Amino acid sequence: MDSMTMPTPATATHVGSGVHGASKVTARDVNVYYGEKHALKGVNVDIADRSVMSFIGPSGCGKSTFLRCINRMNDTISSCRVTGKIQIQDQDIYDPSLDVVQLRARVGMVFQKPNPFPKSIFENVAYGPRIHGLARSKTDLEQIVNSSLEKAGLWNEVKDRLNEAGTGLSGGQQQRLCIARAIAVSPEVILMDEPCSALDPIATAKVEDLIGELKQNYCIIIVTHSMQQAARVSQRTAFFHLGTLVEEGPTTTIFTNPVDKRTQDYITGRTG
Amino acid sequence: MSDIVSNPTASQSVTRPAAMADARLRGRYAAERRFQAYGLSAILFAAAFVVMLFGSILMKGLPAFFENHAVLNVALDPEVLDVGSARDKDKLAGADYQAVVNKTLRGMFPEVTDRAQRSALSKLLSSGAADDLRARVLANPASVGTTVRVSLPMSDLTDLYFKGAFGRAGGRPGAVIATPSATTGEVVINVEGNEFRDELTAIKKTLSLRAVELRKVADIAALNITSQAADIRASEATLSTVTATNDAGKLARLQTEIARQKVRVVEYERQKTAALEEAASLQKRIDATGSTEVLDANVPSFLVAINDGLVKIRELSAQRLVGDALLPLSSDKSVAAGAWQVVTYPMPEAKRGLTDQQIAWVDRLKSQGAVESTLNTRFFTAGASREPERAGILAALLGTLMTIGVTLALCLPTGVAAAIYLEKFAPKNVFTEFIEVNINNLAAVPSIVFGLLGLAMFIQLFGMPRSSALVGGLVLALLVLPTIIIASRAALSAVPHAITEGALGVGASKLQAIFHHVLPLAMPGIMTGTIIGMAHALGETAPLLLIGMVAFIVDLPDGVTSAATVLPVQIFQWAGLPEAGFQSRTAGGIIVLLTVLILMNGAAILLRKKFERRW
Repeated sequence: MDSMTMPTPATATHVGSGVHGASKVTARDVNVYYGEKHALKGVNVDIADRSVMSFIGPSGCGKSTFLRCINRMNDTISSCRVTGKIQIQDQDIYDPSLDVVQLRARVGMVFQKPNPFPKSIFENVAYGPRIHGLARSKTDLEQIVNSSLEKAGLWNEVKDRLNEAGTGLSGGQQQRLCIARAIAVSPEVILMDEPCSALDPIATAKVEDLIGELKQNYCIIIVTHSMQQAARVSQRTAFFHLGTLVEEGPTTTIFTNPVDKRTQDYITGRTG
Repeated sequence: MSDIVSNPTASQSVTRPAAMADARLRGRYAAERRFQAYGLSAILFAAAFVVMLFGSILMKGLPAFFENHAVLNVALDPEVLDVGSARDKDKLAGADYQAVVNKTLRGMFPEVTDRAQRSALSKLLSSGAADDLRARVLANPASVGTTVRVSLPMSDLTDLYFKGAFGRAGGRPGAVIATPSATTGEVVINVEGNEFRDELTAIKKTLSLRAVELRKVADIAALNITSQAADIRASEATLSTVTATNDAGKLARLQTEIARQKVRVVEYERQKTAALEEAASLQKRIDATGSTEVLDANVPSFLVAINDGLVKIRELSAQRLVGDALLPLSSDKSVAAGAWQVVTYPMPEAKRGLTDQQIAWVDRLKSQGAVESTLNTRFFTAGASREPERAGILAALLGTLMTIGVTLALCLPTGVAAAIYLEKFAPKNVFTEFIEVNINNLAAVPSIVFGLLGLAMFIQLFGMPRSSALVGGLVLALLVLPTIIIASRAALSAVPHAITEGALGVGASKLQAIFHHVLPLAMPGIMTGTIIGMAHALGETAPLLLIGMVAFIVDLPDGVTSAATVLPVQIFQWAGLPEAGFQSRTAGGIIVLLTVLILMNGAAILLRKKFERRW
């Protein structure tokens, strides 16, 4: 099993789309405990920059837990304990000297349910740059908001109503607003926790197109329950089962020629 | 999994008998309708009580907002004022304004010469009338020597009479010719026919009611006699046993006790006989026909308005009456049927504060247009007073506003900060759990305990001024703090965690996430909790009594450290005063208190609307 869950650095650099990027996120022997419960067991993975990596697996397998380790969102759960090492660009993110607020500015996150702030569309996107002092002037801020909305593919739909409530948008628009909010602070990595599970197929398609575009500039990690979605958007896929990372590799390989029996059972719908 | 899916009919194979399903369905609908009916009737029941409550408060309290004034032409005679030619402030301030007021009244009823009558006449106006006149003259010293038309407050009893507290005067036109014998003093009026039959019946009805009451008194006395007799027998039985033991002290005590019980029996016997005798004499009057009734202060008053005068009936028979002229008649000519009137004051004279004579005077004043009902501005501008017509609510209202202000300023920031810490930052350990349990328990501590705490700590230990709004506010803040903390925590925890995560996800610190996103969303809930707490504080009386806010505050408080009282305490004080005028002041105070409460709630609703956001 070790040989499967520990891909060599050489394979990690060869991502499916052929884009040649260095390993952006590196995890070594990551264990997560919720109190007594051992939720994640010895995960090792390398994730390349400018690519999409998808995590699949049945509910409760630990994929979301691992995702939330990457921006230390698990810190908000008091009973949660993380061991092992996660590096982003050769920097240990669990290093006590590292500021978690700065980390979260570098690692953006999009949640399962769209959660725009109950403020205007503009304020939603402007909030991050404002608290990090990214804009020196009002025009600067407007520039950032506009470009973020444009990158998130929302600009044409909302440019006339930036002062209306973000919560008044449709579900798909809200999720793209959340993506715009995440990229407004210029992160290096974007984590997406089942971003399309609350959306209809058309909105899902739009978000997937967006992911395809965003991977030109960001390292994207997406947790999904839809294997079709994983196949469509990601270059590499990792399969989690009962807290362990069972198998990781190029998406096409995982779906057409999985090595592990459990992976095979899951993707063919026999388990899970 | 696929096995089940491939056989979809398997899951639907359970069929119920149609009739049974039907019955179950009907039962379900019936249960739902029943529940709705219960709910609706509960709401109607509660609404009926609310309407009754508000109706009774408004009916009792609204008269307090109006008062009756006598509008009189007062001659400011320097001689009567006893100021001579001096017009300086000191001299004018010390002048005898009461004499001027009295002289004006006597001028309107020149026939009043008797000393007691004159005193009764001057009691129609408030004793504050002279003070009002003084204030008016001091404001305009040049008016001395002239005649001014001034509006002077009437006494509380006069005011109450006009507001209908003593019943409305009834009346009917006389049906036959009436002939008075004189114009003043004792007046005998002869009529033709059985004119006063109805009045006599009414009097006899009152008499028979009194006879029934007297018989009841006699019955109670008889019961007391029986029970005392039993006691005496028991005591005497004990006496015989005690005699055998030779206990001298006990013997003496028993003998005194028996003597005392015998005295009581005699007293009850006397009560019983007196009651029965009076009842018998009343019965004799009731049964007699064609006799002359003597009217006393315990039966309704009957008067005859004739020839511009008013005669109070003293003795009445079917065709003749003897009475006293309360207001002089213009002549003793015979009056045709319909041109004179029988007037009734349904409340017996002994039960009201105004005599028939005084009512006659104020009715005359009213008919001359010298009485006007105006908005009672003094009620909203004055402090406490022992006289109802001079008592106002402003001092208590200011005291309440200052106290509530201190409370709000203290417990809103403290309460919200404590809630945020406990809900979002505090580690979950034994210590914080202990604190949480105690906060919840504090909300249930009787308020008077907080009053004791305030007395011991703030006044005795810290030496803060007693009776002050500052100490009151501090005590109420202690009282309200748990409510605000609990409500704020509930509001904070009701904000979806997704909002916090969203903020943390873009790199906000925990404090930023809370203050930028969670707190604004929790604000409506916090506001609701605060307003509940403030409403609680607004109506609190007991702890404020302990810290001395029961003080008699005539002057308006000029700061949070000066002596003050609050609305509920003022209402409580007024409710305990014997003067009838304070009853309507009490209800008026309650209306002011409720108005403050409704305004506060209204403000809270507006603020909540402003803050309310969907998520």
